[in-house]
Amino acid sequence: MSATKTILVACGTGIATSTVVAKNIEEYLKERGIQVNTRQCKATEVRSLAADADLIVTTTPLPKDLGKPVIQTLAFLTGIGKEAVLRQIEETLKA
Amino acid sequence: MLTQLLDPDAIVLQYPAQDAQDVIRLLSQKLLAKGYVHESFADAALAREAELPTGLILGGDINAAIPHTDVEHVIKPAVALATLAQPVIFRHMINPDEEVPVRLVFLMALEEPKSQVTMLQEIASILQSPQLVKQLADAASIDEITKILLQASA
Repeated sequence: MSATKTILVACGTGIATSTVVAKNIEEYLKERGIQVNTRQCKATEVRSLAADADLIVTTTPLPKDLGKPVIQTLAFLTGIGKEAVLRQIEETLKA
Repeated sequence: MLTQLLDPDAIVLQYPAQDAQDVIRLLSQKLLAKGYVHESFADAALAREAELPTGLILGGDINAAIPHTDVEHVIKPAVALATLAQPVIFRHMINPDEEVPVRLVFLMALEEPKSQVTMLQEIASILQSPQLVKQLADAASIDEITKILLQASA
């Protein structure tokens, strides 16, 4: 088993949409027996926190040069493309 | 629960909004009047919206926005809701250059993440149902809004 992965979940305030996103991701991965730590933060904090993350998931615009995989998605709010993005998250963590 | 946090005095139906700022100011004023937020909330929500917009394109014909701001401007958690007679433009949450015509606005006064997770999940699940979104946007009374939301969470 690989080590627990860390997902940095960002949104504007770090407390609103990131809460929904983090919860959805945790539940999905838990059902698949994948251990993750999620950490919520503001979009402005991502650059300083990116080093410790295996993946960044965000509902905001983010710079492209963070050196970590970034998934921008509103799927956990709108429902559009939710299954696909969950699979993408799983695949990215397994890589 | 959303119905507990949505104060009937903070629901405005079929509002003839000028623009996104108009809606945010109106709903902020409703929350201020009932003691949920500080006076700084309105300007903070507007500033946030200008920099990190909250427009969401949904699965049906009607789109929504979920303006909100940092906890320091909040006294007690609450949600205000406006439905708009005619859509106004909010900008897209991920692609801020993109315009989103919105008829449903949830202004959220959030205290801190974990305490409102259920409420946030409820709003998300409403947004994921084009049918519920349409029912809310077309609702003619506050009773109707409450009924729709109670049924949705049942």
